[in-house]
Amino acid sequence: MILNRLNIEKNFQNISLISASLVFVLIFSIFITLFVSAAPAINEFGLDFIIDSDWNKRAIATDNLHKEKGIFSKNHLEVQRYSIKDINDINADNDKDMMIDVDETNTKTIYGGLVPIVGTILTTLIALIFSLPIAMGIAVFLAEIAPKHISNIVGVAIELLAAIPSIIFGMWGLYYFAPMITKFFGGYQVSLLTAGLVLGVMILPFIASLTRDSMKTTPNVLKESAYALGATKFEVIKDIIFPYSRVGIIGSIILALGRALGETMAVAFLIGSVFVLPSALTKPTISIPVAMANNFGGASGLGESSLFYLTLILFAISFSIISFAKFFFLKRA
Amino acid sequence: MRLLINKIFLLLSITSSIIGLSFLAWILITLFIKGFSSFHLSLFMNDLIDGGLRNLLIGQIILASLASLIGIPIGITAGIYIQEYGRGKYSHLIRDLSDIMMSAPSIVIGAFVYAIVVVPSGGTSGFAGAIALAIMLTPVVIITTDNMLSLIPKELREAGIAIGASKYKVILHIVMRSAKVGIMTGILLAFARIVGETAPLLFTSETSNYLSLNLSDSFPSLTVSIYELANEPEASSRDLAWAASLILTLLVLFINLSSRYILRNKK
Repeated sequence: MILNRLNIEKNFQNISLISASLVFVLIFSIFITLFVSAAPAINEFGLDFIIDSDWNKRAIATDNLHKEKGIFSKNHLEVQRYSIKDINDINADNDKDMMIDVDETNTKTIYGGLVPIVGTILTTLIALIFSLPIAMGIAVFLAEIAPKHISNIVGVAIELLAAIPSIIFGMWGLYYFAPMITKFFGGYQVSLLTAGLVLGVMILPFIASLTRDSMKTTPNVLKESAYALGATKFEVIKDIIFPYSRVGIIGSIILALGRALGETMAVAFLIGSVFVLPSALTKPTISIPVAMANNFGGASGLGESSLFYLTLILFAISFSIISFAKFFFLKRA
Repeated sequence: MRLLINKIFLLLSITSSIIGLSFLAWILITLFIKGFSSFHLSLFMNDLIDGGLRNLLIGQIILASLASLIGIPIGITAGIYIQEYGRGKYSHLIRDLSDIMMSAPSIVIGAFVYAIVVVPSGGTSGFAGAIALAIMLTPVVIITTDNMLSLIPKELREAGIAIGASKYKVILHIVMRSAKVGIMTGILLAFARIVGETAPLLFTSETSNYLSLNLSDSFPSLTVSIYELANEPEASSRDLAWAASLILTLLVLFINLSSRYILRNKK
């Protein structure tokens, strides 16, 4: 009987240990799987992938090129890659000649990740710049200004905003929010700007509620002493609450940044999904998750592998950012 | 002067809250107007192939429920390990990793499941979709369980041990029982979150026009279909997408609000 009890005890403990370890195994296997799937693209393009702005560009195998045009080529790669300067050097009909001269077997397709990487970073930055002041205002309102019952109602409403599925943000953004933005700023309805702003609306409740929670950790004694000295609400918030909860607030902002980087559906509706570096904020471009969502279905071979390369980069970046926020700013007591 | 700055500051703060609330109102009003104009009871009767949403709703709920079936036991036992058995570094590591996984990009999880399930099994399947959603769900359940168990006073555990109950009995019959409502609320919130997910399903379950409930084949998904319908040029498809979005949002908000209600009554 006692032996039996010990057995159950042991089994139960082991099962819970295995479940817990699954998390570790999961993250490890995500990295490995993405790396293996991206390997062909990593071998082919190396780290230059990150700074190459051409996606799905046909190029000619090097040995063929040397005798034909003698254009500068990087000999450690099998394929000829054109930097922007090179393209300027070649005039248009040279380019056309090449396409005709070269038969299919000698051509290779080049994939570069610069455009989606830049698109991801820029949409996230726009989202942050837009949502940060509003989110801070909301957090101050919820934590310090509003009476308790109003604060509760507004707090729940703000959290409901966070609960709305991202695809809904996308549809609303495309058909209602973007047309309004273009009225003020001009440009395209699908653009870096509209995608970034809708993303901003999405992370708004996230930053607001985390900031409110950090602000609420300020001890009442500190606040009350300041009020007793005649400080106004603004001064208490600026000089007592913000300095006290600064670390937590910065942490939640970085966490929101990590989340915004990986947001797919809302951005997919609005960014335009074209592999072109945007010359202005009101021009369409693409982000890493959107490149995945919209191109993965039809991709194969090197194209699919390059998309996995992008996904690996995304996961590595968001993993580092979130861990950074966790370990330096949001350490639990 | 100081009082003026204070007034302006308070005004700005209130304005931000109004802006935040008006975004919520704007989205909900849009959804109600667009959704209701194309809403019809026959949407629940027909499948997508006949212009209805029945198969999509059933499919989405099955996917999310299957994911819960996989994710909840793993999440709860892992949470128990972190809080009750684990001591020291390993326990902290698992907690931090779960926290990180909670914020991991959902599209990455879709790509991962595509590589380890869809490619080897030869095609998209409901099963792959459920696994992807389970990966989204599990970390949330772990963190919820961990948080809720940490609220249970130590004396309760000691009392159990003192009357001679073994540790697993103390955990299952005393600690878990006291933390039950909190954990259930967390699970409901997590369910509300995965039921509205699109990105992890895009290349795992895909979607289907029919009521095909074969888990080894492409599986009807409401969210994936909304994405496809919304991008189609015909106005009728987009109207259907709005009606589907309304239903989805109402479902998500209903689960969300009711779980909050349960938690508040408990308190």
